[in-house]
Amino acid sequence: MKKEWPIWEVFIRTKNGLEHRHVGSLHATDSKMAIENARDVYTRRQEGVSIWVVESKYISASNPDNGEELFDPAKDKAYRHPTFYKLPDEVKHM
Amino acid sequence: MQDLEKAFQARIDAGEVIEPRDWMPEKYRKTNIRQISQHAHSEVVGMLPEGNWITRAPSLRRKVALLAKIQDEAGHGLYLYSAAETLGISRDELYDQLHTGKAKYSSIFNYPSLTWADMGAIGWLVDGAAIVNQVMLTRTSFGPYARAMVRICKEESFHQRQGYEIMLTLCKGTEVQKQMAQDALNRWWWPSLMMFGPPDAESTHTEQSMKWRIKRKSNDELRQYFIDMTIPQAEVLGITVPDPDLKWNEERGHYDFGEIDWDEFWQVVKGHGPCNKQRLDARKNAWNEGEWVRDAAVAYAEKQANKQEQIAVAG
Ligand SMILES: [Fe+2]
Ligand SMILES: [Fe+2]
Repeated sequence: MKKEWPIWEVFIRTKNGLEHRHVGSLHATDSKMAIENARDVYTRRQEGVSIWVVESKYISASNPDNGEELFDPAKDKAYRHPTFYKLPDEVKHM
Repeated sequence: MQDLEKAFQARIDAGEVIEPRDWMPEKYRKTNIRQISQHAHSEVVGMLPEGNWITRAPSLRRKVALLAKIQDEAGHGLYLYSAAETLGISRDELYDQLHTGKAKYSSIFNYPSLTWADMGAIGWLVDGAAIVNQVMLTRTSFGPYARAMVRICKEESFHQRQGYEIMLTLCKGTEVQKQMAQDALNRWWWPSLMMFGPPDAESTHTEQSMKWRIKRKSNDELRQYFIDMTIPQAEVLGITVPDPDLKWNEERGHYDFGEIDWDEFWQVVKGHGPCNKQRLDARKNAWNEGEWVRDAAVAYAEKQANKQEQIAVAG
């Protein structure tokens, strides 16, 4: 038959209080198998307390070629940062 | 085209990391696929010589350690296959290249593991040499490859330590046990030095790979580093490497060492090593005999998905 198993992206929460982070990918026929495989591959040394998997084909990504139009507009907006605002030294706790 | 390549080189020179969807020269993509997949195949085939000793490990402690190490190597193979797949080649294609002999794997795994001491020598020397190479690659220019290397390096140091501990135990044992350790070192020493690849003068890919930061150090540099690091470890064990020309060179600040038998290296690379056929047959059998399992898993998943759909429609 020869049908390749779909690819899944794996996200792990290393401990409660932290977000899930992308750690890699693997092949599996369904989400249950993807989680089981992720456990065996990515948490052999207690690297996680929670696993998310999502089939890679469902991830939409921005195009790196459009990087400038997407991200450059934020470049000249220094007023979004606290250091943009000059306050006298005697003002504390701000 | 020229401009794109120049801009690409400028990014590399500035120390930037290249991600899968970034523009890259076709040759950069191909070189990475070749190197990463070769590396992945080595992790997977590398399980075979050690798998040979799981059922005959001398104690439960040694057995669980060996099992855990081999399981790690399977994981390493997977991290690396995944990294290669981000460059647009499928897993099946990668396996196919291995099974048809189109892709290579590290020739060290074409040597047999004859005694228990070989488990010590492999962990100490083979994983040791692999670590030297892999530490360099944690800063390679292709992001997914570099990240796989970071993960792998974290896991490798236990591999080397458990191997060295086996050697240490044998060397502190009876005369026969010490002989066994010495014999393993004799057989694995030269093949381990060959793991770094042909001398720089004959290495065809080195220059371009260095320019693209796919490699960051030359074969000869890494080999020398490995030798300098390993000789004092052999001294602690009280066994000697099988090289009459080996001696410390005060002026260079490095060990001088004897001529490596590159004819042997090329023989093994070309498929004439002691176990090439056996290793490849084991891989092909595992793949072919597992086909019905892979197919059944797909059929089951499809059936479950259809059932879900019918329930959804009926509801
Ligand atoms: Fe490994
Ligand atoms: Fe290893």
